[in-house]
Amino acid sequence: MRDWLIYKTFWDLTVSGLVLGLIYSLVALGYTMVYGVLRLINFAHSEIFMVGTFGSLITITQVLGVPLFNDSNGYPYKSGLALVLTLVACLIGAVLVSGAGAVVLERTAYRPLRGAGDIYGAVVLAFISAFVASMIFSTNLSLNLTFALVATAPISYGYMRIFKKGRQAPRLAFLISAIGSSMAIAEAVATWGPDNRLVYKLPRVLEKKTLFKLFGTDVRIDYAIVAIGAILMMTSLLLFVNKTRLGRGIRAVAQDVETSRILGVNVNSVILITFLLGGCMAGGAAMMFTLMYDQTRFNIGFLLGVKSFTAAVLGGIGNIRGALLGGIVLGLAENYGSSIFGGQWKDVIAFVVLLVVLMFRPTGILGESLGKARV
Amino acid sequence: MSLTDIFRARTRPLTSVSSRFSALPKQVRWSLMGLFVVALYFAPRWPDVPVLGWIINTPGTNFSSVLTDQIMIFVLMALGLNVVVGLAGLLDLGYVGFYAIGAYTTAIITSQHANLPWLLAIPIAVLVSMSAGVILGTPTLRLRGDYLAIVTLGFGEIIRITANNSEWLGAAAGIKKIKHPPTIGPLKFGVLDEHPYWYLGFTAILFVIFLLRRLESSRVGRAWSAVREDEDAAELMGVDTFKFKLWAFAIGAGIGGLAGVLYAGKVGFINPDNFQLQLSILFLAAVVLGGTGNMYGAIVGGFLVAWMPERFRNFQDKRFFVFGVALVLVMVFRPQGIIPRRSAAAGIAKKGDSHV
Repeated sequence: MRDWLIYKTFWDLTVSGLVLGLIYSLVALGYTMVYGVLRLINFAHSEIFMVGTFGSLITITQVLGVPLFNDSNGYPYKSGLALVLTLVACLIGAVLVSGAGAVVLERTAYRPLRGAGDIYGAVVLAFISAFVASMIFSTNLSLNLTFALVATAPISYGYMRIFKKGRQAPRLAFLISAIGSSMAIAEAVATWGPDNRLVYKLPRVLEKKTLFKLFGTDVRIDYAIVAIGAILMMTSLLLFVNKTRLGRGIRAVAQDVETSRILGVNVNSVILITFLLGGCMAGGAAMMFTLMYDQTRFNIGFLLGVKSFTAAVLGGIGNIRGALLGGIVLGLAENYGSSIFGGQWKDVIAFVVLLVVLMFRPTGILGESLGKARV
Repeated sequence: MSLTDIFRARTRPLTSVSSRFSALPKQVRWSLMGLFVVALYFAPRWPDVPVLGWIINTPGTNFSSVLTDQIMIFVLMALGLNVVVGLAGLLDLGYVGFYAIGAYTTAIITSQHANLPWLLAIPIAVLVSMSAGVILGTPTLRLRGDYLAIVTLGFGEIIRITANNSEWLGAAAGIKKIKHPPTIGPLKFGVLDEHPYWYLGFTAILFVIFLLRRLESSRVGRAWSAVREDEDAAELMGVDTFKFKLWAFAIGAGIGGLAGVLYAGKVGFINPDNFQLQLSILFLAAVVLGGTGNMYGAIVGGFLVAWMPERFRNFQDKRFFVFGVALVLVMVFRPQGIIPRRSAAAGIAKKGDSHV
């Protein structure tokens, strides 16, 4: 008989589950918003998160010059203003990289499928396809890059000619394109990153002291930062979507694309902004993730992405508050569940919870509504 | 001539070849097809043929082992997944789960917990996978398409993690000493000679093609295309959509299970790592690359996905990157796949298919 650890560590599990849940929620927001406007499971969003963790890594090691963690020189703890500045720099780095990644992704992998492909997407696609084509003949990276650069202009011209026809792709095509770009991004990092497929250990600049005790549980400082940061980001997103003009555009497109197009909403730019916002949220989540776990890897996004999407579906996809609720429910369920059934079943629990919820509430806990519930 | 025109001209012969072929007299058609099938039975010897050999040859790996371990499995899986995704329009991202169930059932009943012959494993494993399809399908097929995708993805992971955590299923170490198929006349299914496995596997592929062709042009096939094109309209016209979706799921699962049996019988050793989630995505890539809803497209897609990384060894460690890029490019420029479905090629693709 398993030792029923859950009674002894209930509050520990609750606190860490809540914090983990908040990270899921932040990533889930990206899924939920894109789903709201495009009806698309943006599979590549998990890689946007992954890229964000690397953005944070690059900021701290390359821009701020703190070396990667190794056992001999210990933790490069900082304090006071230096610490705050470092953390803010990391956040900005992660958000920038993720946001840019999301925008490039939208322009290259989704927009051409909507029949609205433009020159930016054509150039990126042309570069990548020339790069891959040159890999047939040579494995020399610099040779490949040179060939790709030279070939970009003529190929993108050809792509533009095809884009001009403005063909709409079926719905499945979007999803496959998402899966494809997800695979390509993760593998690109795995293949051409300096440490390839290994785990990158980030330097830990924040000393993880206990801030205060809650029901006998230590609340560490990184937990507090994650909780406050996540809630701030989510509140500002909610305010943006509900109070500003652009947010109204997002809600309008989510409700009815054709009508909002007729009424003068620039649908393509609304979609781009939605991707950008989702990317920024993922970037924030990425920075907090690296703060908590001090490591990253090329495939880190996959499982977290699947779980975040699960969280979005749990709360009701297309629903911003639902993403918050779903993330927290999932984080808690995972923590309690793995203490009852054992840690090796952790990933199974998430899916079982999803299955059970969907069987009784097919549109998630809070129902679908970015604009309104859909037929 | 602009690039678009070239692009168009490239795609035209594919349809014209098929229409010219179907215009031939029946006897000629059948004998041509027969010749092609016989030639395919000799596929393991193709690398010895002068020109073809240079194209098809896989440097660094024995072609016949690529044929049996990769191409055979991928073609079967693509055929099975095509029933679910292409014919019935249900997005299944956990298809590897049924493959795993087929392989594990074979392993359990021929090695781990019983000592049954391999031939008996075929019906048992196919039945077990089909029931798994029904068990998974019953609660989930009422869900809308996108939810189905994530739930099936979860299913695939659950199967793998369960196999990984359960001692009864050999845990992470896997199951060894799975029986090979029995010797039939001159065909000795050993470890060294791969040719018999290809004869067996190709026969299985032919059988599945025959089965699916019959199904496609039957009431069931018409019901599937009705469900795929417009589920509500199909329901209104009196099609029991749930029943036919469940059938699609079960038949797809059965074919996946069959591939699992063949794989387990060939390699004789399986562990949970053989059934990673990425495999599901590669199977889906095969179906979509080839042409969703077209059986022959699925075969071509399955072949390409399995064969390309072996042919172009430069790609070997970057193959997921190349596949990712290839998927995006095919979706952007040829969203119906390499060999599109007839109705789609004829422009009957429904309007308002995508949201934006």
